Amino acid sequence: MSTESRHSESPHNGLFVNGLCKSYGPVQVLADASFDVRPGEVVALLGENGAGKSTVSNIIAGSTRADAGTIIWRGKPYSPANPAAAIDAGVGMIHQELKLLPDLSVAENVYVGRLPMRGGRIDRAGMNAKASAQLKRLGLDVSPERKVRTLRIAAQQQVEIAKALTLNAELLIFDEPTAALGGEETELLFQQIRKLKAEGMSFIYISHRLDEIAQIADRVVVMRDGRIVARHERADIPVRTVVEQMVGRSVERMFPHLSPPREETLLEVENLSSPEKSFNDVSFSVKAGEILGIAGLIGAGRTELVRAIAGADPISSGSVRVEGQAVHLSGPAAAIKAGVVLVPEDRKAQGVVLDQTIGENLAFGNFDHVAPKGWVFPKAVQKFAEAGISRLGVKGKPNQAVSKLSGGNQQKVIIAKWVSRPPKVFILDEPTRGIDVGARAAIYDVIADLARSGMAVVVVSSDLEEVLGLSHRVLVLSRGRQRGILDRSEASNVAVMELATS
Amino acid sequence: MAVSNDASELKVATGAQGATSAKLSALFAGTMGPLIGLALLCLALTLTTDTFLTVRNILNVLDQITVLGIMAIGMTLVILIGGIDLSVGSVLALAAMVMGFVAHPDYLNLGLAAGVIAGLVVAGLCGLVSGLLVTVTRLPPFIATLAMMSVARGLANMITDGSQIVGFPDWFTNLSIIRHFGFLSVTVGLMMVLAIIFAIFLNYRATGRSLYAIGGSAEVARLSGIPVKSLTNWVYAICGVLAGLAGIVLAARLDSVQPSSGLGYELDTIAAVVIGGASLSGGVGSIGGTAVGVLIIGVLRNGLNLLGVSPFIQQVVIGVVIALAVATDTWRRRAQ
Repeated sequence: MSTESRHSESPHNGLFVNGLCKSYGPVQVLADASFDVRPGEVVALLGENGAGKSTVSNIIAGSTRADAGTIIWRGKPYSPANPAAAIDAGVGMIHQELKLLPDLSVAENVYVGRLPMRGGRIDRAGMNAKASAQLKRLGLDVSPERKVRTLRIAAQQQVEIAKALTLNAELLIFDEPTAALGGEETELLFQQIRKLKAEGMSFIYISHRLDEIAQIADRVVVMRDGRIVARHERADIPVRTVVEQMVGRSVERMFPHLSPPREETLLEVENLSSPEKSFNDVSFSVKAGEILGIAGLIGAGRTELVRAIAGADPISSGSVRVEGQAVHLSGPAAAIKAGVVLVPEDRKAQGVVLDQTIGENLAFGNFDHVAPKGWVFPKAVQKFAEAGISRLGVKGKPNQAVSKLSGGNQQKVIIAKWVSRPPKVFILDEPTRGIDVGARAAIYDVIADLARSGMAVVVVSSDLEEVLGLSHRVLVLSRGRQRGILDRSEASNVAVMELATS
Repeated sequence: MAVSNDASELKVATGAQGATSAKLSALFAGTMGPLIGLALLCLALTLTTDTFLTVRNILNVLDQITVLGIMAIGMTLVILIGGIDLSVGSVLALAAMVMGFVAHPDYLNLGLAAGVIAGLVVAGLCGLVSGLLVTVTRLPPFIATLAMMSVARGLANMITDGSQIVGFPDWFTNLSIIRHFGFLSVTVGLMMVLAIIFAIFLNYRATGRSLYAIGGSAEVARLSGIPVKSLTNWVYAICGVLAGLAGIVLAARLDSVQPSSGLGYELDTIAAVVIGGASLSGGVGSIGGTAVGVLIIGVLRNGLNLLGVSPFIQQVVIGVVIALAVATDTWRRRAQ
């Protein structure tokens, strides 16, 4: 059997995945997946959404069962019936959406389901001491009695890792651990992974951020359409090669060609500050046809700044002018009227009403156009939606529910909602978050087109490549303060990060 | 540009022939299940009783559902935006008591018109206060209207210190008795007109469509420039006014007002709206669906009476129907 031969070929005491298959009805989501993870090694699992990464991780972590195939873990056959069985065998998974109980303490979260007892009562002192020791091992200085709700996302993730450590995990699966982390926090996480690696722990690391892979992974496995399409024995492979393997075709280019901006200034922001000081004394201007990128670490105040400019959050001082006219930022409605529109950070919670149709979603926010006298006729909505859909190349029909669309198409629906007004200032916050690598180029083209049509465009992104590839100029924020505005020619990874961490 | 315009017009033209059926399906969107349930219920009662399918009985059913029907219209709006109004039963009683107090010769004796207006204004204010508690004080709607339920009931009792007011002019009570054109009492007509007006409002007015946006996601609606807070206040105020109107219809039917009337009506109303396919998490629901929900409750009560089923068993049956209606709806959604 191939299991045996492989086993004898590379006799290590880690994980061997052999020919895993999984189908849901007629849809095969995983076909003959085989790879191995050695002790003390980080294997990166790459692929677009739906490539099968989550399915294979869920099988290993015990939350899904495979239809066929075998797993050998530490020399023994391994097929966990449920997550508890996986944990007993030393396999843990840190999910992208953290599974913590926000109103319980850090220690209670670490020991939930197996609270240490003493004389019929919970041994709180012992539990807190033990939890505290695990947190220290991770370099985290936080009281075990603190409620998890009060911790930042990065710290909450550390609590999940601490929990896995107390469960004596030998293999940890990370599903996009850095999606919500900033640069410093990501670096801390990597340090911890390296430390645990040196202690002999194995990791399966799923991420969309290709730049991280070279930093943290030892080997790379690329998946597409439920199959493993490439295995790399080292992690420093060119991004382009990986992207092409992920999308299954050659990628011409990621970022569009930018046309030079026009002369007239459309947006002027002057000395803008927020009441909570999440950003302070920010001033910049954007010309017609120009794309201004805003870079910075998580918590630098980028989202807060653009939300304030779009009227979504209040400001405490400063002014915003569009075409020289001061905008009274009383709310989103006023900003929209002045020509400032926002594609918000959280697509599903702030951008679209998932259960409603594309047509409805496009009509929300455009009733002044679709229904000039207040009467909404299905035909008018249909026509309006058809126009938006064809203009942005959305793959969908007006009467289709938005929840059925891919992330990229949902994002296009949100852009389409605003594009017909037409706005003067177009702000996009994290426009490609959670969107497949292959679909990102289309979004970038749309953004470049917005600028080319004469709008002033502002793009906030945590993806440095994206900011650098897409912007005429880059404004860098750090801890709410504006650290500088770099021209395209002088903006580099290093230059931006220097300002962002200052 | 010209090319894309042509293309979109072409698609509109092909879509036009399906427009009439689309309109019908829009009116009863998501209500096929309840509609089939209602049809089966009517069929069963027609076969098991001699009296169900008679003009006289059908008119009776319509009379019996007017109070519930008018309240359910307001509740539909509230549930659509993701809220709930537990105060409608109490507001109904308060509006009726205010009307009686202002109009009745034993009290202020200012005439029925003044009484009706005063009752509706007070009911509207109750709704507005609930709305403000939700939008300004940011109380959960359940808590805000639970508080209003208690306050309005207390106020209703305070007006006459708990006693009822009996005896209104004949023309007033005739509103619910005389059947014009042989079938239509003014109160039933009022319910139907209101249902049609609000169905048109929800389907074809920008403000009505905006309520679906708020229920789907209040933050999306706000970022789209929809005035979420003021619309929320309006919806609760309108729900209050309609509860008040229901109280006045009840007064006409009973020729009296009492502070204990409308006890538990909020639950019947919510049940009718939910049976009609609305989602308690907001964004889904229609007047057409609510009308079916109200009819199911009305026909069921009437039918069980005709069959001589005891009122206690009726409560059990109605409970089962609520659970069944919502469960089938949930299964259907999951199957999609």
